[in-house]
Amino acid sequence: MAVVPPTDVELAEEKQGMAPEPGTSRQWRLFWSSPLAVAGTIMLLFCVLFSFVGPLIDHAQPNNPNLLQILQPPSFQHLLGTDALGRDELIRLMVGGQVTLIVGFAATIVSMVIGLLYGMISGMVGGALDVLLMRIIDVLFSIPVLFLLLLLDAIFTPSALLLTLILSATAWFGVTRLVRGEVLSIKQRDYVEAARASGASNWRIMIRHMMPNIIGVLTVTTTFQVGGVILIIAGLSFLGLGLPPPAPNWGELLSDSMSYIFQGAWWLMYPPGLMIVIVELAVNFLGDALRQAFDPRLLGV
Amino acid sequence: MAIFIAKRIVQSIPTMVGLTIVSFLMVHVVPGGPAQAMLGPKATPQRVAAIDREFGLNKPLYIQYAKWFWALLHGNLGVSYFYNLTVAKLFEIDMPRTLAIVGISTVISNAVAILLGCIQAYWRDSWFDHVSNTIAYFFYSMPTFWVAIIVLVIFAIDLNMFPSGGISDPTAPQNIGNWASHVTLPVFTLVIVSVAGWSRFMRTSMIDSLVQDYVRTARAKGLSEFAVVFKHALRNSVLPLITLFGYNIPTLIGGALFVEVVFNYPGMGLLTYNAAIKRDYPIVMGAVLLTGLLTIAGNLMADVLYGVFDPRIRYD
Repeated sequence: MAVVPPTDVELAEEKQGMAPEPGTSRQWRLFWSSPLAVAGTIMLLFCVLFSFVGPLIDHAQPNNPNLLQILQPPSFQHLLGTDALGRDELIRLMVGGQVTLIVGFAATIVSMVIGLLYGMISGMVGGALDVLLMRIIDVLFSIPVLFLLLLLDAIFTPSALLLTLILSATAWFGVTRLVRGEVLSIKQRDYVEAARASGASNWRIMIRHMMPNIIGVLTVTTTFQVGGVILIIAGLSFLGLGLPPPAPNWGELLSDSMSYIFQGAWWLMYPPGLMIVIVELAVNFLGDALRQAFDPRLLGV
Repeated sequence: MAIFIAKRIVQSIPTMVGLTIVSFLMVHVVPGGPAQAMLGPKATPQRVAAIDREFGLNKPLYIQYAKWFWALLHGNLGVSYFYNLTVAKLFEIDMPRTLAIVGISTVISNAVAILLGCIQAYWRDSWFDHVSNTIAYFFYSMPTFWVAIIVLVIFAIDLNMFPSGGISDPTAPQNIGNWASHVTLPVFTLVIVSVAGWSRFMRTSMIDSLVQDYVRTARAKGLSEFAVVFKHALRNSVLPLITLFGYNIPTLIGGALFVEVVFNYPGMGLLTYNAAIKRDYPIVMGAVLLTGLLTIAGNLMADVLYGVFDPRIRYD
């Protein structure tokens, strides 16, 4: 039986939540003062504009072959040259970024949500369920993701949506462990005990007390995860197991370039790789800056 | 200590069994199942039924699993659909080749990463530290297959110093030089990729060690700087690197897959890749299983070594 009327607790919590949080704004200031954050933001913005706004300015057709202009080196007409079917490489590079970025971010976000829920439930409920859920994670963790993806891609021919789902299904194990660890440590704190004693439900504790504490770690991990997922997308497409043609993507452009390296078609092999590196550097920079600002404990990991 | 190791081994048994269940289900719950895959577009209901009967695929799933698991315990991973060989035989041929490039590159890249990390940490914030850190950041962000293509173009095509692929030149005498010239570029690629990640790790770990009290004590005793860094500080900062290696086994094998595909090097990676393209499920399943077991073994090894090297770890 709750002795304290719940309204009081809720009021108190409400007040706490509504009060300005000086810590957060200070952390954001710390974040933006880091050169890594500025560089990362600019690079990421560049990639997004290049992929999504670029095709609006450049009206070349990404999928129209032109057999009179095959394997042309860069010129004013084709700034990045043409491929073996005479298609403009620049527009293919821009369009190729769209699917890579969308699938990369979407898959990461979905996997974060799965990992967050799974880890929270496991840590919160505890006991036999926690043991079972964590054993399942141990098993999933021991499966080499790349080989699993090879198998899944061999079984299903992936569309962008399916690839997003497959990637999200294989990218959440690490987050879950992290979230569960956080939940277990927060569970012991006095304010959670206090909330529980005053009759707050598990859901309320998770949302009001756990989430604000986990969000920092989660943001940092999510940022790094985007980089990992984009590398996997590029890798699978490179192996010819990613998205179906003709819509280009960066990994596939690199894979195509492999066939013409003996003809010296350098303009096909450097730009797509460079774009991937820019995205990777951007998210790694942002991740490092976020970590310095929001979760200094993770420094040096 | 022995109890701790035994406990960890026992703990990993359910994980291994779970791994076999996952990789078994993966193929057997596929629409059409293995029979469809074997026959491809030629599949008719009659032929599918015939294959199902022949391979026992019409039995309930748990009986199929039990049979498959029992065979697995005897080292029988099934027969490839396309090569007329058992999966175990194929792995026996290709696994040592992959282990060769992964092993050699791991040794070299650890040595380079440790040396680089120590120098960076010792002269922290010097121009060398900044330049090498930037380069490492860059390489760390490069996809392995792109590094491999660039290495291939520069050293095999432009400079023509090494062969562009394969494992040996059939027209030349089959000796160690022939083999070495073919593994150089794959190993070099793997070294570049691993050093970038590991030296960053080593640098951080070494910076932590260099400010510890025992390092100051060692200096105060009048030891040379060389002895301070390489005897006292290094011993403690190498520990995370050992663990990192254990946990990194799937990354290493994955990296090897891309390198083998680019250099057409006939190891486990190329075998698995070709099998995935041709939907040769027994091979892919076997590869998932084998890499999974290596991953479990790597984690086990990392935990145990951590205990051996760090006496502060308690075994309970």
